[in-house]
Formats: sequence, structure tokens, C-alpha cells
Amino acid sequence: MVIDTRVCKEHPDCEACIEACHKAHNVPNIPFKRHEIKWIWKEEFEHAFPDIADEYLSEYLHDREFLLLCNHCEHPPCVRVCPTQATFKRTDGIVMMDMHRCIGCRFCMAACPYGSRSFNWRDPRPFIKEPNPKYPTRMKGVVEKCLFCTEQLAFGELPVCVRACPHGALKFGDLTDPNSEINQIIRENFVLRRKVSLGTGPSVFYIV
Amino acid sequence: MHDAGKIIPGMIAFVLFVTIPFWANFGKAAPEPKPELPKEYKKCVESKDFMRREHMKLLRKWRFDVVRNNMRVYINSEGQTFDMSLQNECMRCHTQKKKFCDVCHDYVAAHPYCWNCHIPPEEKKGWATKETENLTEEVSSKQPASHH
Repeated sequence: MVIDTRVCKEHPDCEACIEACHKAHNVPNIPFKRHEIKWIWKEEFEHAFPDIADEYLSEYLHDREFLLLCNHCEHPPCVRVCPTQATFKRTDGIVMMDMHRCIGCRFCMAACPYGSRSFNWRDPRPFIKEPNPKYPTRMKGVVEKCLFCTEQLAFGELPVCVRACPHGALKFGDLTDPNSEINQIIRENFVLRRKVSLGTGPSVFYIV
Repeated sequence: MHDAGKIIPGMIAFVLFVTIPFWANFGKAAPEPKPELPKEYKKCVESKDFMRREHMKLLRKWRFDVVRNNMRVYINSEGQTFDMSLQNECMRCHTQKKKFCDVCHDYVAAHPYCWNCHIPPEEKKGWATKETENLTEEVSSKQPASHH
């Protein structure tokens, strides 16, 4: 996935992707910070890219927010540590979760360097205002994260966030196909990935 | 044996007392569970006999195929295709979990945890949201343990 932060910068109050994703996947809106569940959220540069941020950051980067989500890494540390293989990597590269197998040990949360995972400290259902009857919720005691909308991809649809963006800031495609639109965008723009030095091979690119 | 007159009647009384549940229900059978079948649809994905016996195995296979193998279409013994989904396909016809699933599951005291996450058709309108205003962080620590 490629996120064009230049477009996001022009619409600082836009949260269409976050709202659409959280609504489609029954992500609860829990007001207590310690119990928060998030699949896609906004963060400033020094939190998103702590390894390359410094105190002399240009205003160009300082003023914008970055959309963060699971990076669906090439070498996902969460998959390596999961004792039940509840988190696994699909052949197409998506880091998938089998909620039926998750025992809530939170090893994956410790392993993920991107903070992409949330733990259900409580039953999420009372905090879901308008549940989507087509998608399950989660239960108390499991970890959850963005799954790149596998349920949409299965029917040939793009992820919900990509479709929800009214300004076309999000692009989704096949990284392994050298002729795909996504690869063309990456070739033609200056892109950043989060914490590349860790060697996880994140698959979310940011045009800055 | 000393005090046989006390011990033997005592033992008989004890055995009778312990088996009270047996005597209380003697000759009475619990009514047979009668799950309500959908009226508009005559056939399930497989035969009634098969579904009765193997539905749990079928659902387990579906879950495995969808989540782990990314296969979402089920082809039944007659060659018809179905979307493998409990929440969206099974419950499309079986519109009442309480009158279908729960009837037999309660009878045999089986407690599958499907509905901890999957949304039964009755609950599509959502859950109590008024309560959330009164829920504090402390209350959450007193929630019952998970049944996972």
C-alpha cells in the first residue's frame, strides 16, 4: 500500500479511511486510552519514524500527520513469535489472523515494532455503536489488527480504507508484480517506510 | 460388627440421598429438543442427516478453509456452491439462533463459543450503548473471565 501524505496534508481533518475501516470491522471506540483498539490511526512524524526524526525536522514534515496501520511485513516478527500460529503469513503476503486460535498471550504485541496491534482488555461489544452485521466482532482476551481487508479482496474489492478515501491518497496493489500501478508509484516518487533498519520489510510506503 | 444396626441403615440412607437426582427423574424423560427449521427453505447445504451428525465438523472445515486457506466457496455433494460463512450464509436461512442453535446445544449442554465474536441475527441492531457511559476503567477489570 502507498499513502500519499501530501494529499493527507491538504485535508488535515479528514478521517474518512479511519471511520470507514473501524465501522466495517466492528472496531470499538473505547474512550480509555489504555484499552483503546485501533486498526488504522494518525500519528505525527517523530512517532511514525522515530529512527529518522530529529529536532531539526523541516516544517514540511513537521506539520503533517501520517496514517499508520499494520505494515504486513515481508518478515513479520509477530508471526515468528506467535505460539499458536494464530498470526500467519499468507502466500500473497498478507499477515493474517485466525481469531479462533488467538490465546491472547500478546507476544505479537511485544514483537511488533510498529504498535499495530491492540489487545481486547474488555468485551468490545458495548462500545460498538453501529455494528456491521456482515463482519464478526472480537471477544475479550484476543489481539487484533488490520488484515488488509482479506474479506473484501476475496470478492475482488479493494480494502475499505482505499475505497473510502475521497481524495485518492491511498493506493493498494501487488508489490510482487513489477508492472503494477503501485510499483510504478514507488519508482516515480520519494517514499519512506517505517523502521526499515529493523529488517522486517514493511509493505506500507509513504510519499512525503 | 459393632453398631451394625446404625451403620447399615445409615449407609442405605446415604446411598438413597446421593442418588436423589436419579430417583427424582426416574421414568421422566426430558422433552426432545425441537429446533425450528426455516420455512422458506427446504434444503440445507447437505442432507438433514449429514447436517445433524456432522455440522460441527463442516463448520470447522469452513472456518479453516476461509481463514487459513483463503477459500470461500463450498461445493456440496450435489455440485451447488455456497459462500462459506456462518454469520452470512448459515444464518441467512436460520434467522433465529435462539430457536435453532440454542435448542439442541442447551439440551446437550454444549457451549460452542461461536457467538462470542460472530453476530447472531437477533443482535444485528447492536448492543446496549447506554451502559458505556457508566463503564469506568475499574469496572472493566471485574468483567467475567473469557470462555475462549
